[in-house]
Amino acid sequence: MSIYVDYAATTPIDESILQEMLNNADKFGNPSSIHRIGKEAKAFYEQSRQRVAKHLNARADEIVFTGSATEANNFVIRGISGFYEKPHIITTNVEHASVKETFDDIKENVDITYLNVNETGLIDVDELKAALRPETKLVSIIMVNNETGTIQPVEAIANVLNETDALFHIDAVQAFKQLPIDVKALSCDFLTLSGHKLNAPKGIGVLYVKNNTHIKRMITGGSQERERRAGTENTLYAYAMSLAVEKAAENRERNTEQLNLLKDSFIKSLEDDKVPFEINGDISNQTGHILNLYFPWSESEYLLTALDMKGVYASGGSACNAGTVVPSHVITAMYDKDRSKHSLRFSFSEQLSPSDIKTVSSALSKIYNNLNENGFI
Amino acid sequence: MSNNDTTVVVGMSGGVDSSVTAKLLLEQGYNVIGIFMKNWDDTDEFGVCTATEDYEDVRLVAEEIGIPYYSVNFEKEYYDRVFQYFLDEYKKGRTPNPDVMCNKEIKFKAFLDHAMKLGADYVATGHYARVEHDGENVRMLRGVDNNKDQTYFLNQLSKEQLSKVMFPLGHLEKKEVRELAHQYDLATKDKKDSTGICFIGERDFKQFLSNYLPANPGRMINLETGEDKGRHDGLMYYTIGQRQGLGIGGDGGPYFVAGKNLETNELYVVQGDGSNALTSTRLLASEVNFINPVEDTFEATAKFRYRQKDVPVTVRVMGDDQIEVTYDSANAVTPGQAVVLYDGDTVIGGATIDSVYRNDERLEYLA
Repeated sequence: MSIYVDYAATTPIDESILQEMLNNADKFGNPSSIHRIGKEAKAFYEQSRQRVAKHLNARADEIVFTGSATEANNFVIRGISGFYEKPHIITTNVEHASVKETFDDIKENVDITYLNVNETGLIDVDELKAALRPETKLVSIIMVNNETGTIQPVEAIANVLNETDALFHIDAVQAFKQLPIDVKALSCDFLTLSGHKLNAPKGIGVLYVKNNTHIKRMITGGSQERERRAGTENTLYAYAMSLAVEKAAENRERNTEQLNLLKDSFIKSLEDDKVPFEINGDISNQTGHILNLYFPWSESEYLLTALDMKGVYASGGSACNAGTVVPSHVITAMYDKDRSKHSLRFSFSEQLSPSDIKTVSSALSKIYNNLNENGFI
Repeated sequence: MSNNDTTVVVGMSGGVDSSVTAKLLLEQGYNVIGIFMKNWDDTDEFGVCTATEDYEDVRLVAEEIGIPYYSVNFEKEYYDRVFQYFLDEYKKGRTPNPDVMCNKEIKFKAFLDHAMKLGADYVATGHYARVEHDGENVRMLRGVDNNKDQTYFLNQLSKEQLSKVMFPLGHLEKKEVRELAHQYDLATKDKKDSTGICFIGERDFKQFLSNYLPANPGRMINLETGEDKGRHDGLMYYTIGQRQGLGIGGDGGPYFVAGKNLETNELYVVQGDGSNALTSTRLLASEVNFINPVEDTFEATAKFRYRQKDVPVTVRVMGDDQIEVTYDSANAVTPGQAVVLYDGDTVIGGATIDSVYRNDERLEYLA
């Protein structure tokens, strides 16, 4: 038995996308070449860009393909902070590592305000309003949290920012498959997507950059991506990314409905099995694909090992280089470090069946009962 | 229970000994799981932690031999139960033995519990020692490699702990272990053995300790002549019998550390091999552990420090967690270190040395 419930970490490549990649693998040309082979590749690549743009309600020239969402986030943060002298920036203390660590890396050159979250995992928009200054250049917020599935009030944030000069960056990596994304409606200036969270391969990301937005480029070289990101275009992966975006958008409504059912059935099943747990965050404000649970009776490091031995693959916090679990800064920010050390993230895909979910909860129940019977609790 | 439904969790350090341990158990048909223990946050000034490299070796070996591998973090337990003890002992002017405490509290307690919670029947490590299970009876014996025998560090293990432990290398010589590693072509076959205390590693000991305990320099006094021999850097930096690093010499041979006076912050030294200032005939020890029940008084042999030759002793159980050990003569027996008792190859148990006497005179080791 083997049940993967770590879809927020990564997803398998969609079979039809893989087949489409193979079918188009002969389009090997360099889009910068001016001969016909190059032009074919260019056309193929620009169609992919067009496809991504359409599903974000953006213009094609506002789409930049990157090597990853991490690169895209780095591009925004370093690009904006490199453009101004010690700019004021607002972000949250529950961002993904690609945002958190990047701000940390450049903290000498920027003036950062971190918005705190409460136990729901949500920021307070009034706090954001209060933190804004005339010289605030960037507000960077994760739309759906990768640890908890918490949905931040991005529309309300956008409304506040509309009256200012601050640029708005949305990390929508976990959001795109779950929520409608329209860059006009969100009135954002930057938006990040990742391919491998959408059943495309690893190694491709997208950054939406609103028309006429000035940003310092990070990777220098050729004039690709309108001189915003040098390097020969990854035509095949961009194609896969565009198909993944299309598929995610088209199936979104049906998938989210199913994911909500799976999440509810998991909770119900744990309750039926009398496994003690608490939900981290406010479930009424979360996506269906992530459920973060606090198990007061065990450290997450032990639980992850015990689940792995039963063929159930979940996650909790992040892994250090020596393989041990570093407690999630998100759960620590919402509650405290101890709760974080006792919390696990389960993340689902529409490919899971109710019986898969039952298997996961019964594995947890077996682990709990075994510890209980042997006096370890 | 046959081997293939017996689950053994191997404590894998990324070294050659635990690598061979895992492979040998696998060859014997056991269901083997490797677990790496991270006990110390040892990120250096370049952001590299040796634990990363050791864990990488665990990964390589586990993939090579085909076993699942995991990691567990005991940094907090290690800090609270081993490192704190280590500092406290130094504060008292004693010479602690963190490896003994690590085995007692971490490897064969926290780690053993972790393994049992995961459904293990046994825990195995690459220690050079033997353990024999015969129904209810459990015995620990010296490793056959006399030079590598590690029972000194395992003296605090209880019968209950030992009943869940395997030491597959105990019947092998270190040389044979290396040969096996080569025969199996393990990634760690040529890896250098680690030396020193894990949390200090290759760093300068004095400097390390000064990060945690304030050094309080004082005077060095010749115990026999009363002569002032200059300045010492802080009593915690010296151990009984120490010869190097005193910075004094002259006619009459080298100087040794012979004692410490915590009240006056004086370090006592003596000169020459002939001095009997370091010679004792009796000690009192506490933290007593007997693996199996003993008589009130019994004959045994003892080690007062690692790799020392056994000394014949008489042991008297004093009750209230104390034993008295008497012997003809031994040199530089040091408070804080372990006294480990043997009956032939069998480990009877051990205790922590508190005070040392020459006949009825308490030696000036600590005042």
